[in-house]
This record gives sequence, C-alpha cells and structure tokens, in this order.
Amino acid sequence: MDSIILQVLNGLDKGAAYALIALGLTLIFGTLGVVNFAHGALFMIGAFCAVFLQRVLSYSRISIDESQKDFLGNPLKVETPFVEIWFGPDVGGSIVDWSVPLAILFAIPVMIAVGFAMERGLIKHFYKRPHADQILVTFGLAIVLQEIIKYFYGANPIPTPSPEAFIGSYDFGVMLGFDANRIIYPYWRMIYFAFAMVLIFGVFAFLQFTTFGMVVRAGMADRETVGLLGIDIDRRFTIMFGVAAAVAGLAGVMYTPIVPPNYHMGMDFLVLSFVVVVVGGMGSLPGAVLAGFLLGILESFASTTWATTTLPGINQIIIYLVAIIVLLTRPRGLMGRRGVMEE
Amino acid sequence: MSKTDLTRRGVLRTGAAGIGALATPVIFTGAATAASHTGFTNAPTGRNVTLGFNVPQTGPYADEGADELLAQQLAVEHLNGEGDGGCLNTFSSKALRGNGILGKKVTFVTGDTQTKSDAARASAKSMIEKDGAIMINGGSSSGVAVAVQGLCQEAGVIFMAGLTHANDTTGKDRKANGFRHFFNAYMSGAALAPVLANEMGRDRRAYHLTADYNWGWTQEESIVASTEALGWETVETVKTPLASTDFSSYITPVLNSGADVLVLNHYGGNMVNSLTNAVQGFDLLSKQVNGKDFKIVVPLYSELMATGAGRNIKGVLGSMNYNWQLPNNGSKAFVRSFGEKYGKPPSNSAQTCYAQVLLYADAVERAGSFNPCAVVEALEGFEFDGLGNGKTLYRAADHQCFKDVLVVRGAENPKSAYDTLEIVEITPVAQVTYPPDHAMFGGRSATLGSCNPGA
Amino acid sequence: MLGLKHKDATLFLIVAALAVFAPFFMNPFPTDSGLAQFNAGYPDLMQKFVIFGVFAIGFNILFGLTGYLSFGHAAFLGVGSYSCVWMFKLLGYNVIPGILLSVAVSAVFALLIGIISLRRSGIYFSILTLAFAQMSFALAYSVLSNPAFNLTNGETGLQVYSSDPQIFHREGLPDLPHLFGLSMRATSTLDVGPWSFQFNAGYYLCAIIMLASFYLAIRIFRSPFGMMLRAVKSNQQRMNYTGLNSKPYTLAAFVISGMYAGLAGGLLSAVDPLAGAERMQWTASGEVVLMTILGGAGTLIGPILGAGLIKYFENIFSKINDAVLHQWFALLPDGLENAVVAVIHPFVGKGWHLTLGLLFMIVVIFLPGGLVEGGQRLGRALMAARARLRGGGREAKSGAADGQPGTPAE
Repeated sequence: MDSIILQVLNGLDKGAAYALIALGLTLIFGTLGVVNFAHGALFMIGAFCAVFLQRVLSYSRISIDESQKDFLGNPLKVETPFVEIWFGPDVGGSIVDWSVPLAILFAIPVMIAVGFAMERGLIKHFYKRPHADQILVTFGLAIVLQEIIKYFYGANPIPTPSPEAFIGSYDFGVMLGFDANRIIYPYWRMIYFAFAMVLIFGVFAFLQFTTFGMVVRAGMADRETVGLLGIDIDRRFTIMFGVAAAVAGLAGVMYTPIVPPNYHMGMDFLVLSFVVVVVGGMGSLPGAVLAGFLLGILESFASTTWATTTLPGINQIIIYLVAIIVLLTRPRGLMGRRGVMEE
Repeated sequence: MSKTDLTRRGVLRTGAAGIGALATPVIFTGAATAASHTGFTNAPTGRNVTLGFNVPQTGPYADEGADELLAQQLAVEHLNGEGDGGCLNTFSSKALRGNGILGKKVTFVTGDTQTKSDAARASAKSMIEKDGAIMINGGSSSGVAVAVQGLCQEAGVIFMAGLTHANDTTGKDRKANGFRHFFNAYMSGAALAPVLANEMGRDRRAYHLTADYNWGWTQEESIVASTEALGWETVETVKTPLASTDFSSYITPVLNSGADVLVLNHYGGNMVNSLTNAVQGFDLLSKQVNGKDFKIVVPLYSELMATGAGRNIKGVLGSMNYNWQLPNNGSKAFVRSFGEKYGKPPSNSAQTCYAQVLLYADAVERAGSFNPCAVVEALEGFEFDGLGNGKTLYRAADHQCFKDVLVVRGAENPKSAYDTLEIVEITPVAQVTYPPDHAMFGGRSATLGSCNPGA
Repeated sequence: MLGLKHKDATLFLIVAALAVFAPFFMNPFPTDSGLAQFNAGYPDLMQKFVIFGVFAIGFNILFGLTGYLSFGHAAFLGVGSYSCVWMFKLLGYNVIPGILLSVAVSAVFALLIGIISLRRSGIYFSILTLAFAQMSFALAYSVLSNPAFNLTNGETGLQVYSSDPQIFHREGLPDLPHLFGLSMRATSTLDVGPWSFQFNAGYYLCAIIMLASFYLAIRIFRSPFGMMLRAVKSNQQRMNYTGLNSKPYTLAAFVISGMYAGLAGGLLSAVDPLAGAERMQWTASGEVVLMTILGGAGTLIGPILGAGLIKYFENIFSKINDAVLHQWFALLPDGLENAVVAVIHPFVGKGWHLTLGLLFMIVVIFLPGGLVEGGQRLGRALMAARARLRGGGREAKSGAADGQPGTPAE
C-alpha cells in the first residue's frame, strides 16, 4: 500500500513537470501551428536563468589569505560574495540561498523577451512554410542556443540547490498512520507540484476568462475569420509565444533543484515533451496536462521492481508503448480535435 | 601518373597483414606489398611523429574530454622538452630525454568521440587513415574504449585507453594492442569493501541502483561480490535506464526495503542526478534505518561529478584512480606542472591520459622502435614509478595496470572548489590484484590475441 | 540510357563520376599543407558519405515523395547493422550474406512498423515511428544485451569474437569483412607530387551499391508508382475519393525506404564490423531527416548532398583544434593571430555543433528548397547572365523554375 502511494506521489510530481513542459509546446502548436523543436532549449534557458542569477548573486570579492595555501602552495584566494559584504553574512547568505526562487522573478521578463525575439525574428517567417522547414530551423536554433550556453557554462551539470529551508522531505506516512519513513516526500517536489498547478491554472484562466484569451482561442479555431474581423491576431500570437516561452522557462527554473542543469537538458526533454503533446492531442491544453500526468504516473509504476521483474525493460519503453497504444486507439490523442495537424 | 606506394605515411591495410594483402586482387595490391619496408601501420618517416587524442568534446562528457586534452597537450610539451618537464623528472624510467620520441618531434591531432562507439571509431579512423596517427589515447567511457581498442587492434596501432572502468576493457574484450592505466570495477569493489565494513559495520543491508548497461552491471557485480564477502547482505539490485534524469521513482522504495546503505552504480550525469535526488530531495543521509545511520556509496568518483553534485557528496564514500592530493613525488610534479599551466589541479581522467602518453613514449624509446609489437613487448610486465600513482605494474597477461587504489570521501568543509574530495585510504595494490583468468574478466576464454603491426 | 530520360541519365552519370573520382577531388590539398585539414579523401569518411547517401536516398523515397515524415528510420539502420554483424559471427566475414540479411530483416521490421504506424498520418505518424525507434534503442542498449540472451552486446556494440562459430571462415581469408577475399580495408595509395590519393575496396563496394540504389531511386521517382506517391503527398483525400486505396502505396514506400536504411546499416557493418545501439537513437533518426531537408527533400540528388555535408562537418570541423588554428595563422603578427584564433575558436573543434546549427538555420532561411535550390539559383543566375551576354539562349534547364520552393523536382 505504502509503495503504491509513493509511486502515485512520484507520478504526480513527474506528471507536473511533463505537463508544464508540454503546455508551452502545445500552446505554440495550437496558436501558431509551428512545430517548435527549440522548445526544449527554452526549458534549458529557463534553468540557466537560475544558474546565472546564482552566479551573479554569489559574485565575489577575492582576497588573499596568507594563512592558507592553495593546491600549488601559493596563498589561498578566498572568495566572499559581495552580497555578504554589503548585507552582512546572514542576510547575504540567505539571498544566495534563495537564488532559485528569486530566479523566477528574473526569468519571467527574460523568457518573455526571448520568446518575443524568437517569434518576431525567426518563427514569424515560417508560418507558411512546411513543417519540415520549421523542424529544421528550430532544431538548428536549439543547437545554437545550447552551444552558446555550453560555451559559457561548460558541459558539466551545475548544482543549484533549493533554499536550505526546503531541503529534506516530509513524512506523509506518519500522517496516514504508517510507521515513520514509510512514505516520505521531498518538500521541493511538493512545491514544484503546487507551482505547476498554479501555473497551469493561470494559463487556463488567462485563455478562458480574458478577452485576450478569447480572441486567441478564436484564432486557434479559425485564424482567417478572426483576421477578417479586423483583429490583429498576429500580435496576440506573438504574445502567446512569449507566454509559452515563459511557461517553459519557469518549468526550467523550478526544476534546477531536482536535477542540476546542464546545457543538454533541453534535448533530453524534447522527445518526451513531443510525446506528451501528441498523446494529449495536438493543440489541446487539457490534453497536454492529462497526458503529462498519465505518463508520469505510468512511468513511476513501470519503474517498480514488481513491474521490471514481470516485464524486463518495461521502465525503458513504457512512455513509447503508451504513446503507441493511445495513438492507435484514439486517433487524435486523448483530447485532440479533428483536423489539427493531420495533413 | 606513376603508381608508387606512399612511404612517408603508413597505409592502413587489412588486419591480418600479409594474408590480407596477398589475398587482394592485383589492382589493389599494386605497390602496396612491394614497398612496405616500414613494416607497420603509419610508421613515422619524417621528423615528426603523430599521436591521436580522441576525447569527448561534445555531449555530457565534454568537460571531462577537455580536461583530458589539457593533460595530453601537457604530456606532448614535456616529451618535446618544453615546460618544466613534469613527470619526466620523477619517472623511474629514464629513457625519455625531452627530445621527442626517438628524436622525432611529437605532434598530435584531436577528435571528438561524442561518447558514442560509432563516432569514436570514425574519429579514430580519420586519425589513422588521414593523419597518420601511430597511437590513439583518450576517451571517457568503457563502450568507447572497447570499440576504439578493437579498431586499433584491427588497424595495427597502439591504443592507450583513457578513462574506462568496466572490467571488460581488460577482461573479455582485452586486446594485444590495447593498454589500460585506469583502474576497474573489480578494483573499486576490492578497495572499497574493507573501508565500508570498517566504517559502517559488517551487518549492513545494501540497495543497489545500477545504470542499465554493461559498465553498470560489471560495477554492480564487483561491489556485490566484495561487500557480500565481508558479510553484507544485498537487499535488492535495481537497474535504472541510462536516459533517466529524475530518479525519484527508484529512490522512494529504498527506505521501505529495509536497506540501510544505498549504492549508486552510476556515472556522470546519472550519478549527479541520483545523488542529488537522494540527498537533497529525499534527505536519506539524515535517516535512521535498523538503528543505524543511513549511508550512500558511490563506487566510482570523478572530480567533475563531485563538482556537479555540489554539497550533496559530503561524507559519501567512493573510489578513484588518482587524486591530485596524493603526496608522492610524481603526483606533486604533475600537479605543479598542470596547475601552473592551467590554473587548476588535474582530474583523475587527466592524470591517466598524461601517464598513458608518457608510458607509450617511454616504451617506444626503450624498444627503440615505433613498431606496435615492439611497444607491446616493452610495456608488458613493465614496472614503473613516479607518474603519480606510486609503484605500478603493467601486467603482461591482460595489459591492465596494477597500482594502489584510492578510497575517497566527499569533504565536509572544502576550502576551495578543488578539494571537494578527501583521501580516506590508499588501498595497497596487493588487495586489489586478481588472477588474469578471473571469472569477472572473461575467465579462461579471454585472450589478448597477438599484437598486430598492421601494414 | 538504362531506361532513363536524358536529364536523369546526365544526373546519374554525374553522380557516378563523382563517386568514382571521389578519392581525387576529396583530397584537393597537398598532404603536408596546412589546408590538408580540409581533405576528406580518406577511406572512412568517403565510406560514410556514400553509406549515409544510401540512407538519405531511401529516406527521401518516403518523405520526399509521400510527405510522411518518419522520425524512426534509424531503427532500420540499426537492425541492418546488427543483422550484418550476426552474419559475420555465424557464417564468416564475407559481406554478401550480411548485406543481404540486413536488407531482408529491415524489410520485415519496416513492414511490421509500417503497418501499424501508417494507420495515422501527419505528426501522429512521426511520433509513432519515433516511439518504435526509441523502444528499439532502449531495448538494444540494455535488455537485449543481458548475459542470458545477448542479442546486441549493448553499450559496447555487437562485434565478432574469436570464439564465434564463423562456419565458413577459412585459413587464408582476411580476419576482417571481405568480398570473396578482397578485404574491405584494402587500400592502395597513389602519390602524385605532394598529393596522395587513397583507393579503398570498401569504399568502392559501397559506392557501387550507392549508385545502384540511386539508379533504383530514379526509376521509382519516374515510375507510375512514384507518381502515385506524389499524389499521396499532394492530396491523399482526393486520391481516396477517386477510388484508389493509397495505403498499399505508402506502405510499399515505407518498406522500400526501410530496406534502404537496412542496406546502409549493413554497409556500415561491412566496412567496420561493430554495431552500436546509438545508431538507433532518435538523434540518428533526426540526422537523416536533417540530411534530406538540408539537401532538398523530394529531389534526387539533394539527400546525397545533405548527407555529405553533415558527415563532413562531423568529421572535419570537429578535428580543427587551437593548435591547428595557430598553425594556419602563424604568419600573422602575434596579437592579430591570437585575435583571429579567438574569433574562429568557438566554431570549430569542440564547437562544431554550433557551426552545424547555424548552417541548418542559414540554409533553411535563405534556401527553402535546401542545397539543391541553392545550386539551381546559382545555375539560373549563370544562365541568365549568359543569356544576357548572348542575347537569348535556352531556358534554364531546372525543373523547379516554376516557383515551388518547397518541392523542387530534382
């Protein structure tokens, strides 16, 4: 029983991450009809916003400490972050400690700007081009973006811990009447889940309850007619691209304490996010969320010892197996609309 | 147009040198057999000799490759008599005099393995076929090492492996033209087990998470065998897909299983992620199971992994081939040389590549020939000291180096970015030695074959 | 000639000439010159050019003609490689059984995957093929290499061991892949002044097979069957309304292109007897997509050009390190030398991916029809210039001059 609860928790957590990444991708599909292979790169750039902020906050004054030696026997260079000099070690230390949550504030404008720049500078010219061209150009862009990050930050993962207060885990088991340590779950993953929920519902509410969202939804359904009504749908789509980039970026920022970011992480998630979007149904926001959770939970259960001993290797292929089954039984994904991206 | 054989540079020809050449139809042999006075692949005929440095430059191990490349360039400098000479001053063999190899200036070419067998072989082939490289060195995974080693055997050049830890490299996949300085999974297990028993007690219950590919399995097999020999019990061994990034669903069952030690048979990004998940997320190190403090072990450490995992490695035990903090003279000379040139201490993959390049050059000097078979003979059974690891033997039976193994621990209070690991014990070589026909190393059927000089 | 129309015959002869004389023009620079770095005329890379040419030609039969974008073709490449090495292990090093089996096995594999995947179209088809390929990769990398049932040898890659049966192996045959005794590694070298040119048996075998595949592709493109496939691309619905069932045609195209991929995989093993699982990874599938689009999807020659360009970058640009750069610019004053090296440094050596990514973007932004369109534009510009000079002349020969940048005909 406890192991089932644990894997459900894991599944919800994984699913939240998948849903969040897929959400932005499906937004771009739905609104712009663009196959964006650079979406993983946006996730990665979001994560490196956190790294960047951490580096900036811990930017240090270097002083020479004669009493200690470095590895060559020269006097040791001691680094003291400027924030600690300015605000004292306590306040300064906690500013550095809280760099990941602070990075959320930093990442929103950065990611929106990146999204605008991408859409206006590149994607805009590809609306009328075949999907193959879109794939090639966005894949090229993804490579360029990750190589730029690699040039500055190297290929090794960079530790970006959560604030000290959120390190560790909460014992759900005790609450439910199990023994201690039976069902524990990390604080940060719970925060991630809550954060993802807020973000997902935020995006839904934005599209559902604002005039802006209404126009965008109308544009998704029939772009031409909306254009004929004299509405500048292109401008709104640009904004939606910025929103999608921000969602991907925030997913990246919040993910850094779970998995230390490296320049390659976008590519690792790219295939997965496409699978989630397609299983959910192209351009369907609820579909992406549903598929994210479905795949997250199934993946968690497939990785249990019971599953892997029954079907060796099931944990490696479960996602793809589910994708195949869903696509064969539900032609347009779980919640896809007829005629979207089926040419 | 005259049809003559290229003599300045070697020509890659079939593995079974004579046989293959004779068997080829006339149009292809032409000049090939006539002028093979050099007798082996890529025999250097000019004033230079070319070495091929094949390291990952893209993909997740790019930083490790970059570090290896720095060390290889340093080795070339030292061989050519530039810089401070590094380990040439401490090396027990005095054959190298800083005038290149056999009087020929050492030059090098570089390539990108991408940590993929195919790409690594393509890159090594281009070095052999196009650039005339006579030796290939580098790499940061066992799959690549075995693939490139096989290629070098077929092509008739020497392969001096970089970082490769799986037993197979000098086990069932051993080759006469291939040599490994790095230690292996068996040695990790043999060195770690006593320290683990000592620090954690003999009645421990271990839970293994193992990267689901060849290296992971040999590592798990080795650790399980050596810890069980000391009384530990293995609760469960779970294989994790290589592509995993989030290990939460593998870590959650650990505490419930009744295990009190978690062994992470992971390397690189896998290890950084699983350790971060286990320590920072699930906070396993603060738990108590069976009345004991929960412990985590990472059998194979590297400096870059330690950097990537950050403070999560504190107190976590593991093993290494080399660490720059080793106090012997060879190590000191190397660290000084490397540190002054690049401003940071060398990693253990850098050290193994540096040592391999010097060992190769020295063997050529002692053999008096670049002929791979002469080099193999010179390296087999070669005992040396002064390259950083202390007294070392290149065993003739499997071309594996035997030397002390380091058991290290994540430092509690590192004072700089470079001393994130501290040496716990230097396990003497006798304790990690095994017979060449050990079952984990292919048993009796594993053979080196015979050396191949190529063309 | 050979049942080809004049234009196709010319194209075929050009490709044949390029393949035969590749060892010469791939090595335009003297061996000891600084520019020798850019020489590509060594056996391994030339083999890769033609083998990935085969792969891309086959991919183009599916994607270029029917518009079905498969993201899982690397699976067939991998299956072909494994089959070929298994033949080496069981029968011996003669490449013929290996190559035949790799084509046969990949055909069966493609048939199975095709039947299922082709039930969907558009991006859903792409994801289905991707899912199958990723499953194959994951299984080959780990589960299928377990000691009890070792089909793929996992991470290390499937290779021949001396303990393998090799029942047709005889004393006197090369201990490497060979064609009735002719070792695939047999290379003879021709020195002309400071140049040297390498002629490799494996390369010529692959080149001959590539030419045969290319010929077959031309015939398919020009056949009624090819016409039918184009109809699938332009409007499948209308085709169905006319009472034609398009399914068998697309399935046939899928299987044929899967066989091409399997053939390419078999050839990879034939010139280098080691088959690694990463050949099946999605990045490998992506690579052939990129090759085809980069060269010009739907054109005959485009995929070969695209394959060549990507392999060239992978093998040549990744080897340019700082030492090489300094050597090139050694004549400049020191400060300037360092500045030039610093500017070029991010784009070569370990930064070769960056150059490749930029190339993808530039080509697709400025040449929507890929490299072929670039060539056509150049050709048209030259024609126009000549026409202006002569005051008239023939119309440009290019078939895509009618303003359809997405799908030029050659």
